Amino acid sequence: MTRKQKRLSVIVAGLAFLGAAAGLTFYALGQKASYFYMPADLAAASVPPGQRIRLGGLVEKGTIVRGQGATVAFSVTDTQKSVKVTYTGILPDLFREEQGVITEGAFGPDGVFVADSVLAKHDERYMPKEVADGLKAKGVWQESTN
Amino acid sequence: MVETGHFALVLAFALSLVQILIPLVGARTGNQRLMAVGGPVTVTGFALTALSFAALASAYAGSDFSVASVWENSHSLQPMIYKITGTWGNHEGSMLLWVLILTFFGALVAVFGNNLPATLKANVLAVQGMIGAAFFLFILATSNPFIRLNPAPIEGRDLNPVLQDLGLAIHPPMLYLGYVGFSICFSFSVAALIEGRIDASWARWVRPWTLVAWMFLTGGIAMGSYWAYYELGWGGFWFWDPVENASFMPWLAGTALLHSAIVMEKRSALKIWTLLLAILTFSLSLLGTFLVRSGVLTSVHAFATDPARGVFILCILTLFIGGSLTLFALRASTLTAGGLFHPISREGALVLNNLFLTTATATVLVGTLYPLALEALTGGKISVGAPFFDLTFGPLMLPLLAIVPFGPLLAWKRGDVIAASQRLMAAFAVAIAAMLVTGLFIDGASVFAALGVGLAVWLVAGALTDLAVKSGVGSVVPSVMLRRFIGLPRSVFGTALAHLGLGLTLLGIVGTLCFGTEKILTMKPGETVELSGHSVHFEGLFPQKGPNFTEDRGRFVLISNGIADGEITSAKRFYPVRQTVTTESGIRTLGLSQLYLSLGDENKDGSVVVRLWWKPLVTLIWGGGLVMMAGAAMSLLDRRLRIGAPAKRRKPAAALASPT
Repeated sequence: MTRKQKRLSVIVAGLAFLGAAAGLTFYALGQKASYFYMPADLAAASVPPGQRIRLGGLVEKGTIVRGQGATVAFSVTDTQKSVKVTYTGILPDLFREEQGVITEGAFGPDGVFVADSVLAKHDERYMPKEVADGLKAKGVWQESTN
Repeated sequence: MVETGHFALVLAFALSLVQILIPLVGARTGNQRLMAVGGPVTVTGFALTALSFAALASAYAGSDFSVASVWENSHSLQPMIYKITGTWGNHEGSMLLWVLILTFFGALVAVFGNNLPATLKANVLAVQGMIGAAFFLFILATSNPFIRLNPAPIEGRDLNPVLQDLGLAIHPPMLYLGYVGFSICFSFSVAALIEGRIDASWARWVRPWTLVAWMFLTGGIAMGSYWAYYELGWGGFWFWDPVENASFMPWLAGTALLHSAIVMEKRSALKIWTLLLAILTFSLSLLGTFLVRSGVLTSVHAFATDPARGVFILCILTLFIGGSLTLFALRASTLTAGGLFHPISREGALVLNNLFLTTATATVLVGTLYPLALEALTGGKISVGAPFFDLTFGPLMLPLLAIVPFGPLLAWKRGDVIAASQRLMAAFAVAIAAMLVTGLFIDGASVFAALGVGLAVWLVAGALTDLAVKSGVGSVVPSVMLRRFIGLPRSVFGTALAHLGLGLTLLGIVGTLCFGTEKILTMKPGETVELSGHSVHFEGLFPQKGPNFTEDRGRFVLISNGIADGEITSAKRFYPVRQTVTTESGIRTLGLSQLYLSLGDENKDGSVVVRLWWKPLVTLIWGGGLVMMAGAAMSLLDRRLRIGAPAKRRKPAAALASPT
């Protein structure tokens, strides 16, 4: 093969690689990325049970109920609507009432959100950016909660 | 002292401008005296930055709360080690550490680069000066660590408790040595583009620098992973968090660079590609700095969100990536292409390696940036996590890992796959045996787990086969074999160690993910729980007091064969200054595996939520990283690279006199 043919074959092989990777990437972005919602968004979005999403908001005051074993139930609210969430596991250290939280999981058939991970803010200064932005967009953001 | 540091920083910025202009003009006009200015200016710039950093560190060590950055990130009750490491446990200080390491590497080139052609050295120092100037300006304009407070507060606001750990002493400096180490490769590439030619000394210099940077980046990532594993209390070692990806992308591109630099050095092929890769690797380091420091991502690494900083770093990013790529587009065609090789050859194998690694880097890049782009364009918020990367990064990595053992066994120029396969028969048999044993004899092993174990063993056995074949096992008598083994070039050991380390890391990942078990339960004092054959007895919660925190320490006793076998403790710590609670996980290492225990909230009836993990072979994940680092260090000790070093300048002459 001449130098030109060789270069061409390397380029073709490279493009084939990139093509395959791009195909996989687009498929995975469609299937595996989870969208972020706040409780009030859910009415418009109609998320089917079983689809993985991220649900964010504030932990509603007085709703934290410790159940059997390590299962905890609480409500996530954006002050307009609230959604019941259950979670089995250890809650993050900064999980508290009226604090920003992001839960990831899916709705069960009974309409309760079953979370398999719960993220709170990681120190006392910041709340999850998505939650802060969401609350600002809904006009219920208070600087003091930050 | 603080003002001295501030002043030194301003001077260092001014000097970096001199470092750009004078050598550049000198190189352009061929003026030796102007070019010679570069070295001393670079070294002085480093000394001033070091002075500045020392001033900040002493303000932290002495708890000088009249300095805003110290007030925000330190406390007088903190142990001394955290007072000092707190110097870079914040945005301003960590950027100062970044430029300190940048100027340090520049000074190394200035001091040890006497065997470089004068124009190349001048241009390299000038490009280093440009990077330095941009980041000095960034620090002075948006992130000045020396701002004073008046009146001075009496007490500081404490360092983020998550960062009050030995990990802060190791992880950021190592990671930065890696990130910033690639700046040297970048500067050499841009200098070559400015000159319009790639000469032999270019190739000789880029490879050891890539090795150094890669070694530290490997260590920094491994350390970060272990730190997150034990500090966060979630028991995970990798989260595909954008911040982790920010360090992983330069690592992947750097690994590709490491391999293509071998081809360039040995065969003087792939020159232009290597040059481009060097630019891309440092560009990804800069992108990482942007993602982590600009506040576009929320994470423990984003210390403060200030839009001015984000915009500034974005400008630096655009300037350097855009500028270097434009220069590449203009000049690449004037560079001479390298030698030819057959597709089935060591070079061919390394090209394949580069294809896989760069494509994998691209998928990680898309997964990291897509959510940011989507939010900026449409406002939609998505999260891209492990499921995405399992589907995209995984399928690209598996075939690459499968072909790794073939590479070192193929000859340069024209290789023989059949011969290489025959040599790998033993390794293949061992891997198949490991796969069958895993699949048939370990309970609950899935097909995937068996394949994973087989692949990991294949990598390890392949690396050992490489050493065995090269020392002549099976064809010569043992005494000759031993002599050959000892006489093997250090870089052969380096390759084998790095590939072996990769196999160990994979084994650790497969072991933990496929055979790990976990339990979440509530326990009362006196209760015992069993997990994968290990009994753990809960003694109770005991309050304790630390220097700047109080904690409830849960004491557990591991029971092996009915006998108490040491204590495991996990604690909930409360840091009053920041009103923050952290979890200290309890870890017991048993062989290569770990029993991991994390304390949750206390219930009203006195029981405590406890999460227990059994993590088989988990220590191999980071142990493999250490072996990879050892491989890089071994390669650096190679005679070939040492001879390139100017400290032994007489040696090449001696070597030339007696050709080998």
